[in-house]
Amino acid sequence: MTRILLILGYLVLAPAAGALLDGADRVISARMQRRKGPSLLQPFYDLQKLFAKQMIAVNNVQMLLNLSYLVFLAIAGAMLFAGQDILMCMFILSTADMFLIMAASSDSSPYASLGAGREMLQMMAYEPLTLIIAVGFYLTTGSSHVSDIVHASSSAVWLMPGMFLGFIFTAAVKFRKSPFDLSTSHHAHQEMVKGLTTEMSGPTLAIMNIAEYYEMILILGIFGLFIVNENWWSWPLAVLVCLVIFFLEVLWDNASARVKWDLLLKGCWTVTLLAGGLNLLILMLVR
Amino acid sequence: MGKMSRSPWLLHYDASSCNGCDIEVLDCLTPKYDIERFGIINTGDPFQADILLITGGVNSQTEPVVKQLYSQMPSPKVVVAVGICACTGGVFKECYNIRGGIDTVIPVDVYVPGCAARPESIIDGVVKAVQILDQKRAAQNQEA
Ligand code: SF4
Repeated sequence: MTRILLILGYLVLAPAAGALLDGADRVISARMQRRKGPSLLQPFYDLQKLFAKQMIAVNNVQMLLNLSYLVFLAIAGAMLFAGQDILMCMFILSTADMFLIMAASSDSSPYASLGAGREMLQMMAYEPLTLIIAVGFYLTTGSSHVSDIVHASSSAVWLMPGMFLGFIFTAAVKFRKSPFDLSTSHHAHQEMVKGLTTEMSGPTLAIMNIAEYYEMILILGIFGLFIVNENWWSWPLAVLVCLVIFFLEVLWDNASARVKWDLLLKGCWTVTLLAGGLNLLILMLVR
Repeated sequence: MGKMSRSPWLLHYDASSCNGCDIEVLDCLTPKYDIERFGIINTGDPFQADILLITGGVNSQTEPVVKQLYSQMPSPKVVVAVGICACTGGVFKECYNIRGGIDTVIPVDVYVPGCAARPESIIDGVVKAVQILDQKRAAQNQEA
């Protein structure tokens, strides 16, 4: 019963929470740049407008592929929040991303194809660490099921600090934050126009945005998983840590310039190898 | 406030401006004027834009581009001509290659005068455009 409630809760609340976080992101970014910034509810207004716009479809499949992206992300997130296998959840997450890449490459815009290529590079950059993290959870708690991980006697982060820090680094790719917002960006809309989303307009773009909100909450959920244990107070603590991490990502977004793709790969892989790999080695030795 | 007016996204195109008006358009994004407080985003993508801001008069080379951009924007959409060149052709009106104001090529909804148009008047123009956007949306709903 609680499981069904959790799944429904995620499916209904995640887009709203994601949009609120996005709004907060835009307000905080504006304040960091000494601007007033939009209202906190701006992402909701944007979505409302996008759905009210005329639907210009560049082809028949793009909407379908975007919807698949949304559905697969929702499934991945629902699996995490329902306490299923975290490894499976991460595989579905990558599958979802493949649909987005296909959606972007389905049209003929050179910007969109360039964005799709860059999205693939981004996947190559963050994917290794996500897999290492799944293995790390298994080694730390003896199970890869989220329902078991949250009942561990102590927080996983004590045994996997390297992976935690590394994930903060690579999560910037997933959140589409500078310096790693190569494929499509929230800011600086002129470079390469909008990458992946160039040929998405109105409802299609709205679907893509909602999917991104699902993804955002999913990633924050994985961060939370590092913190929660059998004690009740670990839950509010996990939420707090998630918010702090989100703030750090926003800060980093505003303080750094976009890097080139080779630096993205080198940076992410170095962090994965040093923080994730070393952590994993030590875990294997002590467990 | 209607659905459209809370999140108008701009597309900015320089049809043949001397760049004076362009700089003023970019000024609107700076912390002092900060048009993002109206929910406005300066997007580079006609597919996602609601308001087309054009500076400078249309010449024979930019005419197809302006038409193309306009046709790629999903409706409801509004066009704002920024600067006297975009309104009528301005000082370049008599040039051999200038067609004239933007309205010789596509329908213009708001004319923002000035050489160069001041950021304040550009924001005024955009706010007007946003109201027109709402009216167009309402008219569309009635038709449907
Ligand atoms: S109106 Fe004046 S500043 Fe603007 S493009 Fe024309 S000449 Fe330049």
